[in-house]
Amino acid sequence: MVFARSERPRLPTAIKILIAGGFGAGKTTMVGAVSETRPLRTEEVLTDRGIGVDDLTSVEAKRTTTVAMDFGRITLNNDYVLYLFGTPGQERFWFVWDELAEGSLGAVILADTRRLADCFPSVDYFERRGTPFVVAVNCFEGASTFELDEVRLALQLDPSIPIIMCDARKRDSSREVLIALVKHSARLRAEPVST
Amino acid sequence: MTGIDSPTDEHWVDPEIVRPYVVTRGRTQPMHGRFDLISMALAVGAPPGPDAGLDPEHLRILKLCREPKSVAEIAAHLDLPAGTIRVLLGDLFDRELVSAQEPQSEVDMRDMKMYRAVLDGLRSL
Repeated sequence: MVFARSERPRLPTAIKILIAGGFGAGKTTMVGAVSETRPLRTEEVLTDRGIGVDDLTSVEAKRTTTVAMDFGRITLNNDYVLYLFGTPGQERFWFVWDELAEGSLGAVILADTRRLADCFPSVDYFERRGTPFVVAVNCFEGASTFELDEVRLALQLDPSIPIIMCDARKRDSSREVLIALVKHSARLRAEPVST
Repeated sequence: MTGIDSPTDEHWVDPEIVRPYVVTRGRTQPMHGRFDLISMALAVGAPPGPDAGLDPEHLRILKLCREPKSVAEIAAHLDLPAGTIRVLLGDLFDRELVSAQEPQSEVDMRDMKMYRAVLDGLRSL
C-alpha cells in the first residue's frame, strides 16, 4: 500500500543559518558544498511593509516582490534539521532580509577580496540587527591573498567577530565556517548551563 | 466566440503567474496559523480516499511529507511559490492529514542544548 507508514518519524525542529555576501561571492556554492542535496530554490512573494512610502498618496504604500532563494538542508539528528539560506544579493531586496533573519541562528558573510566592498551592506545589516555573524573570506583561485587583519580593518570589524579563510567549494572548509558561527552565536546568546 | 479574440490575445496571461492562484482557488493566506519558510510538516493519519475532495497538489504534498519536510522544500519540489504551499498545507492541517512543527524561535536561541546538538551534528558530517 502506497501510504502505509510502519513507524512514524518524529517532527524535528528547524534551525536556519543565512549565507550572505555580494553577488558572485560563492553563496550558493557554499550551500551546495555542505548540504545533503544539491541546492534547492524556492520563491517567496513578500510585501515591502512601510518602506518606500509613496509621498503622493495618503495610504501606506505596499509593494510585493517575488524573490528566489537558494537553500540547502542538513539533517543533524532526529531532533534538529539545519537549513542554509542564501540571501538574495540584490540591493533592492534588502527588505526581505528581515523575514529571513528572524529566528535565525546567525549568518555567514562571504567576502570576495577582489570585491571586498560588496559585503559592506551585509556587515552593516547584521550589525544593526544584532544577528550573530562571522566573516568567511572565500579564497578563489588567483585571488590575491589578503591578510585577515587587513580584511578586518577594511570591514571595520569588532575584534570579537571571527574572520576565517575558506574555500566555499570544499565541504570540510565550509563546515568549519559553520562551526565557527555556531560557537560564536552560542558565546553571544546561550545562557550558561550549570552541570 | 471565434473572431472576438485574436490569436495574439490568447496567451496574455502568464500561466506561471496564474497557476499558483488557481491551485489555491484564489486564496493567498492559510485558514489558520502562518507557516514559516522552515516550518516542518509531516503526513499523519489514514490516507485520504478518492472522495476526500483533495487536489493533486494536496496529494503530492502528502506523498512528499512521509518524511518531515519544510515549507521551502515542499515549494521547491512542487515548483510552486511558498505562499501557495502555506495555503495548501493549511487545508491539510485542518483535515488533520499533516502535523506541523514551528521552527526554533529567537527566544530559544539561548538554549545551550540546541547549540551542542548543532555542533555535534556538524562535526559528524
